[in-house]
Amino acid sequence: MSDLLSVKHLLGIKGLTARDVNLIFQTADNFKDVINRPIKKVPSLRDITVVNLFFENSTRTRLSFELAEKRLSADILNFTASSSSVSKGETLIDTVNNILAMKVDMVVMRHPKPGAAVFLSRHIDASIINAGDGTHEHPTQALLDAYSIREKLGKVEGVKVAIVGDILHSRVALSNILCLQLLGAEVMVCGPATLIPKYMRDLGVRVEHNLRKALEWCDVANMLRIQLERQDIRYFPSLREYSMLYGLNKQILESLNKEIVVMHPGPINRGVEITSDVADSSSSIILDQVSNGVAVRMAVLYLLAQNRGF
Amino acid sequence: MTAASKLIFDQQHLEITIRRLCYQLIENHDDFSNSVLIGIQPRGIYLSRRIQAYLKDLQPSADIKSGELDISFFRDDFRRRELIVPSATRINFVIENKKVILVDDVLYTGRTIRAAMDALLAFGRPQKVELLVLADRKFSRHLPIEPDYIGISIDTISSEKVKVHWRETEGEDGVWLTQQDKNNE
Repeated sequence: MSDLLSVKHLLGIKGLTARDVNLIFQTADNFKDVINRPIKKVPSLRDITVVNLFFENSTRTRLSFELAEKRLSADILNFTASSSSVSKGETLIDTVNNILAMKVDMVVMRHPKPGAAVFLSRHIDASIINAGDGTHEHPTQALLDAYSIREKLGKVEGVKVAIVGDILHSRVALSNILCLQLLGAEVMVCGPATLIPKYMRDLGVRVEHNLRKALEWCDVANMLRIQLERQDIRYFPSLREYSMLYGLNKQILESLNKEIVVMHPGPINRGVEITSDVADSSSSIILDQVSNGVAVRMAVLYLLAQNRGF
Repeated sequence: MTAASKLIFDQQHLEITIRRLCYQLIENHDDFSNSVLIGIQPRGIYLSRRIQAYLKDLQPSADIKSGELDISFFRDDFRRRELIVPSATRINFVIENKKVILVDDVLYTGRTIRAAMDALLAFGRPQKVELLVLADRKFSRHLPIEPDYIGISIDTISSEKVKVHWRETEGEDGVWLTQQDKNNE
């Protein structure tokens, strides 16, 4: 029984152990092999039905989960809030219970409210995978980011990772910090003071407000998008100014005395947090992150399905 | 405590048997120009590596290809038993239109071989699939699967377990029959 995940749901990186993460990575290695075969499909989840509940827009995460589910032969229901009865005033629990009444085993959910996945896990029987809850956590993104670092650099332990951008509104930042720390990496956040929450230092994370200093320190730079849709007040004077101070461009990258790995969870705002010549350069592993996303999500689905028993 | 274990095949016997299996393979597959060996993970790979090495000794000029196949994702008992951590699949050649010899250490219910055939087909359509096992536990099949090459046939009851030891994993070659203690699973 030693090789099971310690959790029934994937609600966040918080709650996972380093063993869990390594088990997910090890399983993802095998799925990475599977998706490079002529027949990219295995029958493991043929008796499982998964519903993808997306109360918020998503391209990469939804497609990636859907592909992962299909490659595992699961049956899939897709749900987007905009075209559903949520707009008629139905509550989250009612919506989900109605879907579960149709005998669904697993729920992949993205929701704009922090804690939505935890709330759901307390009220329903299916296994929940959090695909992003507001500004809180986005565990599968953090797992695939760490997996991509492990693939590129051979290890995560001891690697210095700088997360640059809108830390305050980013669920990717929090999940990444927790996941990287779990695996023994050193983490720094970098951005304007208004976009870095005060509790960052309590997490044992370095804080830096100068992009050049952050880049000189790090081995990996994870560039985050400015989440204008979540910003209710102005946190900086203008996007142009932000871009001049915190945008990653070819000049600054070439002026460093070393190669760093550039990551971005997407969607990219080209010319704001990262310029096109950097995003498309050889130091960028942005598209590897996307490929690895499918393998990592297959591993998560597979391992959680295992925990459900029969 | 685990009850009595009996050695039914020692190292010397095992080696003679593997050599005999190699000669049988050569009878049917000649110089292996159109045939490949595939060991089933986790424990069939030691046998297939051993067979590959002997075949190379016997036919130094032949190019004997050997792969390793993990079947975890194709098992029919997923979620019905504890998790099996998958092992690596290494098949660095094309199996399309090849004669494939699946190699495993012990044949018991036949379910592993069923899964292996499914897993194999994800790599292409072989011309023929054969099965080689070192130890065949007779009269215990759940599925209509029979081996083409058998090292040793053993009559067993379900409370017994047949385990092949390899020097790579246990330090010594040999086939053991163990009576499992019911009080102490």
